[in-house]
Amino acid sequence: MSTQGKLRVIGKARRRVDGRAKVTGLTRFADDIVLPRMLHCRLLRSPHPHAEILEIITGKAEKLPGVHLILTGKDFPVTFGIMPVAQDEYPLANGRVRYVGDPIAAVIAKDEQTATEALDLIEVKFKQLKTISNPEEALQNPEPRIHDYGDQGNIHRIQSYEFGDVDEALAKSDHVFDDLFFYEGNTHLPIEQHASVAAPDGEGKLTLWSSTQVPHYIHRALARALQMPASHIRVIACPNGGGFGGKCDLHNHEIVVSRAALKLGRPVKICLNREEVFYMHRGRHPVLMRMRTGVTKDGKLTGMHLQTLLDGGGYGSYGPASTFYTGVLQTVTYELPRYKFDACRAFTNKPPCGPKRGHGTPQPRFGQEVQLDKIAEKLKLDPAELRLNIVAKPDTLTANWLKIGTIGLAECIRQATARSDWKKKFRKMGPGRGIGIACSSYLSGAGLPIYWNKMPHSGVQLLADRSGQVTVFCGATEIGQGSDDVLAAMVAEVLGMDPYDIRCVTGDTALTPVDLGSYSSRVTVMMGNAAIQAAEKLKAQIAEAAGEQLEVIPSRLSFSDGRVFVTENSNKSLSFKEAVEFAEVKFGTLGAVGSYTPPRAPGRYKGAGVGPSPAYSYSACVVEVEVDQATGWIAVPKIWIAHDIGRTVNPVLARGQVEGSVYMGLAEALMEEQVFRRLPPKMSHALVHKIPSLLEYKSPTSLDMPEIDTILIEDPDPNCPFGAKEAGQGPLLPVMPAVANAIFDAVGVRIDELPITPDKVLKALELKAAGKNPRVGPERFPLVPYPKSIFVLPPWEGGDGKESKRDDAVAVV
Amino acid sequence: MAAVPQRVHLKFLVNGEETPVSFAPYKTLLEVLREDLNLTGTKHGCELGECGACAVLIDGEPHLSCLVLGVECEGRRIETVEGLADGAELHPLQAAFADLGAAQCGYCTPGILMTAKALLDKDPNPSRETIKEAISGNLCRCTGYQQIFEAIEEAAVRMKP
Ligand code: FES
Ligand code: FES
Repeated sequence: MSTQGKLRVIGKARRRVDGRAKVTGLTRFADDIVLPRMLHCRLLRSPHPHAEILEIITGKAEKLPGVHLILTGKDFPVTFGIMPVAQDEYPLANGRVRYVGDPIAAVIAKDEQTATEALDLIEVKFKQLKTISNPEEALQNPEPRIHDYGDQGNIHRIQSYEFGDVDEALAKSDHVFDDLFFYEGNTHLPIEQHASVAAPDGEGKLTLWSSTQVPHYIHRALARALQMPASHIRVIACPNGGGFGGKCDLHNHEIVVSRAALKLGRPVKICLNREEVFYMHRGRHPVLMRMRTGVTKDGKLTGMHLQTLLDGGGYGSYGPASTFYTGVLQTVTYELPRYKFDACRAFTNKPPCGPKRGHGTPQPRFGQEVQLDKIAEKLKLDPAELRLNIVAKPDTLTANWLKIGTIGLAECIRQATARSDWKKKFRKMGPGRGIGIACSSYLSGAGLPIYWNKMPHSGVQLLADRSGQVTVFCGATEIGQGSDDVLAAMVAEVLGMDPYDIRCVTGDTALTPVDLGSYSSRVTVMMGNAAIQAAEKLKAQIAEAAGEQLEVIPSRLSFSDGRVFVTENSNKSLSFKEAVEFAEVKFGTLGAVGSYTPPRAPGRYKGAGVGPSPAYSYSACVVEVEVDQATGWIAVPKIWIAHDIGRTVNPVLARGQVEGSVYMGLAEALMEEQVFRRLPPKMSHALVHKIPSLLEYKSPTSLDMPEIDTILIEDPDPNCPFGAKEAGQGPLLPVMPAVANAIFDAVGVRIDELPITPDKVLKALELKAAGKNPRVGPERFPLVPYPKSIFVLPPWEGGDGKESKRDDAVAVV
Repeated sequence: MAAVPQRVHLKFLVNGEETPVSFAPYKTLLEVLREDLNLTGTKHGCELGECGACAVLIDGEPHLSCLVLGVECEGRRIETVEGLADGAELHPLQAAFADLGAAQCGYCTPGILMTAKALLDKDPNPSRETIKEAISGNLCRCTGYQQIFEAIEEAAVRMKP
């Protein structure tokens, strides 16, 4: 896309266009909306992890003064779900609850206090059912089924893909490494609790303001859930107070307040409390992994067989995609000639898991990068050198038919190791101190939408008029990452304007062209490309009119600093406003649209749709640790992160995205875990959430954060707007394994599961002192009934991207 | 049980203005500010004293407004993010936060700004360690805190006479 010429906006450190609103308290989050005659909603949630609902008695609650409406499952006969293949939830339980926190009834009252009092007056009679607490139990107990759909028993999804004969590759390898890893689940914890306000408008149509990252998907799913035409529904995504993937589902409460508002003819608001946000979850899946990797004696990978077992929780959510993501991106970082990937997602009676920053990829990334450290150790290679030698090549296909474009990983490794003095420190820091490295890659946007269609992924519309103003409309959603700033910057760069003179209207399904939303790190690339296209069209009209006035051909005009001028004689110029006036005279009312659809991916086998991206970002991370061998306490003095961003749009925001990712990665490495426990048998044996509060769910404070040295590597990618790739998720991925590898360097123990807490370090140190294998991590991988693989030949073995037979392979030289 | 508790009527000094307000006596200062005074700049992430998003200044000291009852504030001086700017002129903390990326989603920002204001009012030259200590009760999920530290340091510099 358009990248020619000197850039004046892109790449400059600036205050973000919405920065002033954020520091004055004027940014209007969903819970800040107050409407006349507004009522308040609270949800009654299940205290049981798995139960049948025998009866709901609402009489007393209905009589409480101030209560306007009570809704139960009867009011919602239709299932919903964010993915077309997982329509398995009811807004309010339809006879069955599947996790502690599953919503059962809703009270709409004059205020929150009254609604809360009414909840206590609702009586629900349950019959408790056997609970499934983890995937192993799900495999052992196909009955009772948590859902009556899914691949089998309590397995939601199970699948297998093989790209070239992996067993053969492993058999021919000098070494095969066979490791087990476990990654505990954790949650997004946005500081803003989810809130929604629904209101009927004068025509009886519905408006929903919500803390959502994906207004378009919500719009679609809500139309189905309410059985209403989408044209009668308007979804407005308020700026999110943090999302991280936790606001990507259509949530029960969004449907409930919508229905209530339509029934009552009044606005209805809900704001979840923090405990409810923990139950809402949709966070990181706990994943058990087995990774068998073949290597040559000089450290080249020959093949990998990855098996994953995901704990999905009580519903589907984005689970089918998450299941794929625990494997599909293993091939884009390093050269990997053959790859096999088995995955299984089980239903359990816990809050549903879904997409969290990095969606499904941090878990196998942790395993792969720790295993590479073990490989380097065994082969007596420097782990940074080992990685440098196997970095994937630009403009190639991977074994599973993903197309890699630019790749700045080698430079990331070089810079991160140089800045951290890696060579002087690795294996040389003395007892209790260590340094570790890990790398990663991530999507700059998913190649396919979550529902099948061939339409654009992002659309942008521009308005310009005689006042000289430019307004840009796009469905993209501001969740803190700076999407409005990127949008204004793209348009400003093309039109030669100041980004602060551009008005952004975003995330409103009634006003803005469709953009699929703020997930999969897609916004900069997809919205950016659409914005450039729209702005170039508008620029062409203005240039044609201005050229007539200035008596030059349009190609000799430049747009800069709010002026349109003859490139070689800047005295011959018009103000932007004057140029727009001439264009309005010539063309009538001005407007332009642009749109973006990702390139078609080369894979043709069933399932090839998950993994492709217009561009992959790359990161390398070096972490230094100090381990107190008496207590197991891990201190992290400094982290270096180099990120291949393609091109930086606004360095202030890019750095913020990278550092925020590092923060969240460090949190997952050392402390965050969403864990459950069984109550004792005499207390129902139920499965309950151990820590549904901010106090007990440990996350890093200002005192816990080390210094972060951020290095942005610029290698503009031709698929990306001005070359800019993503920065908001990729840099999280290498942090966890880099921490684990640094701990090994410090004290010689392997912690093969996350989070790495002091008790695990102590246990490993004890094992080491006793002369045993100094490792803490999963001990066994259960028997999982993975199906026969879909076999696809890698491109270099004569494959055509389609499923094929094993013996179609041509000899590999 | 009476579903409609009686209301109390009293006066605060909010952002320098004498502010009469009537509200249900069980309400926290957070709720009174947001719901009865429409000062929605003050945020909440837990209502249990765990996140710091609701921090405001009471008589110049940072407090978690979710842990303070409205009735405790009669006659007291309350400062919220809405009162931080001087007319259209941003407070140096606000300007530095906006310029240096200290506000990403901006949700923790009002609480951190107020906490940082209390710090700088007392200690115009805080060290990095003092800053970390001062805002350790304010969770930010977006930034990783580094740009927040830098913005507070920059504001301290800009505030030098
Ligand atoms: S709202 Fe979280 S501390 Fe007050
Ligand atoms: S900026 Fe989002 S929580 Fe701090």
